[in-house]
Amino acid sequence: MATLNILVSVCLIYVTFLFAIAFAAERAARQGHGGWLRSPLVYTLSLSIYCTAWTFYGAVGYAARSGLEYLTIYIGPSLVMVGWWWILRKLVRIGRSQRVTSIADLISSRYGKSNLLAVGVTILAVIGTTPYIALQLQSVTLSFSVFSESHVPPTELLDQDSTALWVAMGLALFTILFGTRNLDVNERHHGVVIAIAVEAIVKLFALLAVGAFVVWGVGGGLAETLQRIDASEIGKWEMRGDRWASLIFLSAAAFLCLPRMFQVMVVENDRESHLRTASWAFPAYLMVMSLFVVPIAVVGLDLLPKGSNPDLFVLTLPLATGNEGLAMLSFLGGFSSATSMVIVAALALSTMVSNHIVMPIWLSATGGGAKISGDVRNVVILSRRISIAGVVALGYLYFRLSGGGTALASIGLISFAGVAQFLPVLLGGLFWRGATRIGAFVGLTVGFVVWAYALLLPSFGSGALISEAVMLNGPFGISWLRPQAFFGIEGMDPLVHAIVWSMSLNTLTFFVASLIGFPSPLERLQGAQFVNVYEHSRRPQGWSGSAAQSEDLMIMAQRILGAREAQTLFEREAGRQGVTGFLPEPSPDFLQVLERELSGSVGAATAHAMIGQIVGGASVSVEDLMAVADETAQMMEYSNQLETKSEEQARTARQLRQANEKLTQISVQKDAFLGQVSHELRTPMTSIRAFSEILRDSNKLSAEEKVKYSSIIHDEAIRLTRLLDDLLDLSVLENGQVNLNMQRGMLMDVLDHAVSSALTGSTGKPLIVRRQRSQEMVPLNSDLDRLSQVFINLIGNAQKYCVADAPELAISVGINNGELVIDFIDNGVGISKDDQAVIFEKFARVGSMKAGGAGLGLAICREIMARLEGSVSYLPGQGGAAFRVILPVSQAAAAE
Amino acid sequence: MGKRVLLIEDEPNIIEAISFILSRDGWSVATHSNGHDAVDVVLDDPPDLLILDVMLPGKSGYDILKELRETNGAASLPVLMLTARGQTKDREMAERAGASRFMTKPFSNAEVLEAVRELVVS
Repeated sequence: MATLNILVSVCLIYVTFLFAIAFAAERAARQGHGGWLRSPLVYTLSLSIYCTAWTFYGAVGYAARSGLEYLTIYIGPSLVMVGWWWILRKLVRIGRSQRVTSIADLISSRYGKSNLLAVGVTILAVIGTTPYIALQLQSVTLSFSVFSESHVPPTELLDQDSTALWVAMGLALFTILFGTRNLDVNERHHGVVIAIAVEAIVKLFALLAVGAFVVWGVGGGLAETLQRIDASEIGKWEMRGDRWASLIFLSAAAFLCLPRMFQVMVVENDRESHLRTASWAFPAYLMVMSLFVVPIAVVGLDLLPKGSNPDLFVLTLPLATGNEGLAMLSFLGGFSSATSMVIVAALALSTMVSNHIVMPIWLSATGGGAKISGDVRNVVILSRRISIAGVVALGYLYFRLSGGGTALASIGLISFAGVAQFLPVLLGGLFWRGATRIGAFVGLTVGFVVWAYALLLPSFGSGALISEAVMLNGPFGISWLRPQAFFGIEGMDPLVHAIVWSMSLNTLTFFVASLIGFPSPLERLQGAQFVNVYEHSRRPQGWSGSAAQSEDLMIMAQRILGAREAQTLFEREAGRQGVTGFLPEPSPDFLQVLERELSGSVGAATAHAMIGQIVGGASVSVEDLMAVADETAQMMEYSNQLETKSEEQARTARQLRQANEKLTQISVQKDAFLGQVSHELRTPMTSIRAFSEILRDSNKLSAEEKVKYSSIIHDEAIRLTRLLDDLLDLSVLENGQVNLNMQRGMLMDVLDHAVSSALTGSTGKPLIVRRQRSQEMVPLNSDLDRLSQVFINLIGNAQKYCVADAPELAISVGINNGELVIDFIDNGVGISKDDQAVIFEKFARVGSMKAGGAGLGLAICREIMARLEGSVSYLPGQGGAAFRVILPVSQAAAAE
Repeated sequence: MGKRVLLIEDEPNIIEAISFILSRDGWSVATHSNGHDAVDVVLDDPPDLLILDVMLPGKSGYDILKELRETNGAASLPVLMLTARGQTKDREMAERAGASRFMTKPFSNAEVLEAVRELVVS
C-alpha cells in the first residue's frame, strides 16, 4: 500500500500544480496580460478533452479486442473539424451572439427559450454522460488497483468499489474547487481551459513516452514492432462496414453534442478564427494520440500473460518491465485524461442542472425577480456545487450498477450514442426554420427512449435491469419489440442496431412533429435568429420595458452579476442612453443587453423568465410579435412597397395623362377658337378687300354698283368691329374682370329698351313682340345695361333666325320660388336637340342659319348671366325657340 | 361662251365679289351656297373649274372634295380651295383631300384670276 500512498500524493501534487496554473492564468487574465490564454493553440488543446481515459487506456484495449476499429473514434471528430467547420462556425457564432451557456441552453434558446425543453435536454445529457463519468471512475480505479497490487490480476481486486468512491469524491471536490471556486458565475472559465490545455500536453506526452518505450525499449525497434503487428491478430481483424460507418457517424455526432465538448468548443471559445487553427491542429493531435495504440496493443498481447486486461496495457507494460517511473507518468496521463473530462463534463452538466432545473425551481419558490433577497450568486454557486456532486455521484452509481465489468470502450460508445440523440434537434435548429419545439421534444424523447431501451439498459447486463425474457422474446412477448431486434430484424450488431433505430426514429419524428406543429412567435423569432445568424448582427427587440422598474432590475442584476459588475453595466448603459445617474431607462435595448448578460450566468430561459417577472410577465412582447411579423412579412412588405410604388407611379402617370389630355383638349380648343376667330375675321376681310380692289381697278362701274360695293365694304367693316367688340367682351366676361354697374330700375323699362334696340335697323320680316306689361312691373337692382345686352341678343336671335311666315316673339315674366323668370319664346321651328347642346358655345352657329353674327352672342349671354348670378338656358318643348332667363330674387325684389 | 366655273361658297358678299371678277374676265360663273347637295350639283353638270369654300353649311369643303375625287366624273376636275382659316394644317388637309390649288382668304382679285386661268389651261 506504500505505492498507493505515493500515488495519492502524486495525484495531489499534480492537482495542486493544475490548480496553480489555473489560478495564475485567471490572475493574468484579470490583470490584462492574459493574451496568450486566448491563443488558438490553447483552444485546440482544450478540445482534447475529447480524449478521455477511454482514449488513453481504452483505445489500446479496443485495438486489442477489435483491431483498427478504434480509429473510427478519431476519424469522426477529424471529419467534423475538417469538413464541418461551417457547422462549427455557425454554432460558435450563435453561442457568442446569444451568450449560450450549454447545449441545453442552446437548444432551449433556439426553440423559444423553452425551459421545459432545457430541462429535458439537461436530464438526457446527464443520463447520457453518466456512463462516461463512470468510465473515468473505472479507469482511474483500475489504474489505482494496478499500482496497488501490480502482481494480482486487476479483475480479482476486492476493494474496487471503495476505491471508486474515493476517486469519485476526490474528482467531485476537485471539480468544485476548479469550476466554482469563486463567485464569478460567468459562463467562461479561463482557468479551467488553461488547466485542460496543460493536461492535454501531459496525456499526449505520457502516451508518446509509453509508446516510444514500448516500440524501442520493449518491442525491439520499429521494424520488429511492425513485424509483430503483421503477425498479430489485429492485422487480420475484418472490417465491418456497418460498424465502421456507424461508429464514425457516432463519434462525429458525439463530438458536436457532448456537453463537455460543447463547453470547450462553443462556450469557452474566444474567437471564431480559432476554429481555423483547430480544424487542422486538432485532427493532428488525434493522429499523434492514436499513433502508438496498435504497437502497445500488439506488444502487450505478446508479452503480458494471457487474461491481462488490455485496457491497462499502457500501465501494465511499463510496470511489467519494471519501469516504475514511466508507469507513473502513464498513470498521470490517464489520471489527467480522466480528471479533465470529469471536470469539464461536471462543469457543463452542473451549469445545465443549475440553470435549467435548480434556478427555475428556486426562483418560482422564492417569488423570483426583485423580491429575492441576498446575493443570488451564492445560490447559483451552491446549486452548481451540488449539481457537480450529483453528477459525479450518478457516475459512481452507474459504475456500481454496471459492476465495473464492461470494457471501457463499450461504455464510451453507449454514452456517445446517448448524446448523439441531440444531433437532429441541434442541426435542425441551426439550419431549418421549420423546426419546432414540439418536434424537438418528440424527436429527443423518441431517440432517448430507443437508446435507453436498446442500448443503455441492456448494458447493465442481461437480467440486471431488463429481464432475460424481455431480451429474448420482447416485452410482454411482443417479439418485434425485442431490445436488440426491432421489427424482427435480427443479426445486426447491437450497437449499430441501436444507433440506426434511435437516430432514424429520432430524426423522423422530429421532422414529422415539426411539420405538424405550429411554432410560437418566440420560437419563430429565435429560429430566424439561429438559422440566419450571419445576417442578424443584432437581436430584435425582446422586451417592452415600459412597466419595468430600473431599480428592481438593478437589485436583481446585482444579485446575479455581483454589485460591481452590475453597477458598471448599468452605468455604461445609462451613459449610452445619455441618461445622467446610474439607472438607465428600461428601454427594450437595455433589457436586451441585460438579459444577455444574465443569461451568461443563469442561462437564456431563466434570464428571460427573471426579466419577464420584473417587466410584467410578458414573455412575448408586442415587439417580439412585431419582429416575427417583420421577419416573415419582410418579403410581403417589400413586394407591397414595390406595389405601392408602382401604384403611385400609375397614379402619377394617370394624373399626368389627365393633365396632358386636358392640356391637349385646351390646346385643341384654343386652336379651334383661333381657327374660328381667324375665319370670322378673314371672311369680312375677304369681301372688303375684293370690293375695294374692284372699286379701285374698275373704271366701268356704274354709280349704282359703286354704291352697292361701297355699302358692302361698310357693312363688313361694321361686322368686323362688332366681332372684335364681342371677342373683347367675352374675354373680359370669361376672365371675370367685368365690373358690374348695379342700378335700380324696372324690368319693363329694360325690356322696352332692349326690344327697340334689337329691332332698330333690322331688315327682313318684321318680328312681332308680344309682352304682358302688367307682369313686367318688377323692380330690379342689377347691372341693367348687361341685362339689356342679354335681352337684345335673345330678341335679335329671334328676329334673325325665326323662320315663321309671321314671326312672333312672346316675352313672359313670372316669379317662381323667389326667382325672376323671363321667357323668350318665338313661333319658329325651334332648335334641334343636338344643337341645343352647343348653342351656348362660342362660334356655335346652328344648321344653315347664317346671319351677321359671329356666333358669340349666346356665349356672351351665358357669361353675363353667370356674372349676375342668374342663368340663361334653352327651354325645350315650347314649339319654337325658347330661352329662359333667370335672375336671383335679391336682384329682382330688392326694391320692395 | 367662256369656260364654266362653279363657285361653292356660303358668304353672299364673297360670291358676289368672285362672280364679278370672273365674269368680267369672261368666265361663265355658276354659284351654289350650301354643302348638302354640293356633290350632286357638281356631278350634274361638271364645270371646267370648281372653286370650293371649306366652311360650308351642311358639309365641309374637304368632305365634298373627297367624295368628288372618288367618283369618275370629277376625279381630275381642277379644284381651287378657299379657306378663311389660315393655319398650316388647313393647307395640308386641302392637299390630302385632293385640291389642285389652295388659297387663303382674304386674297387679291389678281391672284384668283391668275389661279383660275392656270388651273383651267393645265
